[in-house]
Amino acid sequence: MHKGRGLEKTGVLMAALILVSTFLLPFIVVKPNRILEGQGQMLIDALPSVSSIALAAALVIVGLCLLLRLPASARLAIVTAALLAVILALGSAANAGLPPGNSYARVSPGSGFWLLLFALSLAFIDVIAKLKLSPTVRLMLLLIAIVAVGGIFASGILADISVMKEYANRADAFWAEMSRHAMLALGSMLVAFLIGLPLGVVCHRVSWLRAAALNMLNILQTIPSIALFGLLILPLGWMAAHIPGAAAIGISGIGTAPAFVALVLYSLLPVVANTVAGLENVPREANDAARGAGMTDLQRLFSIEFPLTFPSLLAAIRIVLIQNIGMATIAALIGGGGMGVFVFQGLGQSAMDLVLLGALPTVAMSFVAAIVLDALVDFSKAPGSEVRPA
Amino acid sequence: MIDIQSVTKRYGGKAVVDSVSFAVPEGTIAVLVGTSGSGKTTLLRMINQLVSQDEGTILIGGEDTRNIPGHELRRRIGYAIQGHGLFPHRTVAENIATVPRLLKWDRTRINARVDELLDLFQLDPAAFADRYPHQLSGGQQQRVGVARALAAEPKILLMDEPFGALDPVLRGKAQDELLAIQKRFGTTIVVVTHDINEAFHLGDTIAVMDKGMLLQYGRPIDLLKAPATPFVEGLVGAFDRPFRLLALDTVAGLIEPGEAQGEPIEAVRTRQDALAALMWSGADALPVVSTDGKPLGRVRLQTLLRQAVRPQ
Repeated sequence: MHKGRGLEKTGVLMAALILVSTFLLPFIVVKPNRILEGQGQMLIDALPSVSSIALAAALVIVGLCLLLRLPASARLAIVTAALLAVILALGSAANAGLPPGNSYARVSPGSGFWLLLFALSLAFIDVIAKLKLSPTVRLMLLLIAIVAVGGIFASGILADISVMKEYANRADAFWAEMSRHAMLALGSMLVAFLIGLPLGVVCHRVSWLRAAALNMLNILQTIPSIALFGLLILPLGWMAAHIPGAAAIGISGIGTAPAFVALVLYSLLPVVANTVAGLENVPREANDAARGAGMTDLQRLFSIEFPLTFPSLLAAIRIVLIQNIGMATIAALIGGGGMGVFVFQGLGQSAMDLVLLGALPTVAMSFVAAIVLDALVDFSKAPGSEVRPA
Repeated sequence: MIDIQSVTKRYGGKAVVDSVSFAVPEGTIAVLVGTSGSGKTTLLRMINQLVSQDEGTILIGGEDTRNIPGHELRRRIGYAIQGHGLFPHRTVAENIATVPRLLKWDRTRINARVDELLDLFQLDPAAFADRYPHQLSGGQQQRVGVARALAAEPKILLMDEPFGALDPVLRGKAQDELLAIQKRFGTTIVVVTHDINEAFHLGDTIAVMDKGMLLQYGRPIDLLKAPATPFVEGLVGAFDRPFRLLALDTVAGLIEPGEAQGEPIEAVRTRQDALAALMWSGADALPVVSTDGKPLGRVRLQTLLRQAVRPQ
């Protein structure tokens, strides 16, 4: 491999994206109010002339740098700086683009901004992947990123962006739905493990049950989520009406209960399947030796089988959590709450900014969950927990 | 020590162990030998009740094994298997400490025992205690497997093809190591193998099994002298018989006064070794010395050859 010679192949794509989005696509969209179509503005026009030219020139340089084979750390610094600059530019462009005294007007990020954000994020992820960082460092970076993003929002730089205006109007509801969303995703995962783990162990021991249980869970998985929500309304409604105390603990035909139950049902397949697969991968000799050493079945389960199944269970957590964070959005349709509330309100009002207010945090939550769990999976592969020698 | 009385085990109506009886005296090594599917492993696993027999009784120290809860019985009996079966997520020290921990020994006693066993198997505790099984060579893994089986000072050790995964050189070493350990602790050992050479090398007694039946049980010399069936005769090997016979005893009993020229043989070596040395050197007699090199006399080719004649 050449060093310092030739062009970086992925860099060509990213540089092209950066140039196109800087010069050909609108950086912001100014709308007369939150619903009407707006007027796009190029980056050059969106900012005061000096800073817009400086930023455009800087982005051209960033694009060129991505073409070159620079050391990964240099690329990381350049891309991070560019990301920050673009976000700050969005804030000030929004500030400059709002007609003074008009509280109905809105400034939204334009396609140029989104594409820039996409290209730079791609470059960022590319660099991170090439650095092959240890899981600890990746978690540290994530923490820094969360603090930085939190700082940007807290500083009010982006306060004039349409999505943030939507947020400002419903800040209380936002955090309430956010925690409801997290509760739905995490709580249903927890319950799915409480049910799925023992079920997986039993399925591993009893082969006829395994086929039956896995097939049933497979079928369950194919039911569209909205249909499953609907199907649960009837039995849960009946329970609420006829079983004393059921309504008191929150069971009802619509609302959080059916959403929660549906998420648990969807989570069961990955949990049970991964538990069974993990238990099956425990070396036969290790199990034989454990029995021969005089471990009881429970001792063997907890001190041999579960530890050796752990990587498989972590993989299940990753699948379930990310699946649930996404799927919990739909819970809003049956009154279950969560970030979907904003998505569906926004769709109803054809207010795209409101849709984004619901969608973007959901994406961010999945992203954080994926990074954290990938790091944990790497930790569990550290020497010692390696199940089979290489 | 171990008394197996008319033990039968059936799977799906077919007897894999068919009314087998024999007894292993305390402090001896019994080898179960047979082809795969002969039922030898099933029989071994019935001794520690990993498999429970359909008929018959197994007594250990006079006590019926079925009167003892399985896991408690197994904590008293060492168990080592082919491919070592070490727990991949536990260190060498933790692996060895498995049974002592189940028996709730205190920490200092466990640590002392782990270090003692590592020393015994020539694994430096400082270097090996904290390693994981995948960081060991095959021979080291096997030694840790046996050390783990011996950790709680069991009176009985069961071994299922313990050296099956080792190359011939390591296997020979491991066998000698086992003999030394058996001598030191006086453990009663039952070994399963399909290797007749291993059986002759290790066994005080050998049980030959085929298709679930015990064909013959006796001392190695009994198998050579009077093979019970053509199967046993074939297994022992007509061609190898005289050499196996010579391998059963040492030179010590055949020393004659007098002198001889050539490379001296130690009195503790087997008669087979002596014969090989005589044949290879072309001499009629070779000097015999003690382990510290003192001359004891000589061993003659004629004397040795007479020992290889079929015993009556």
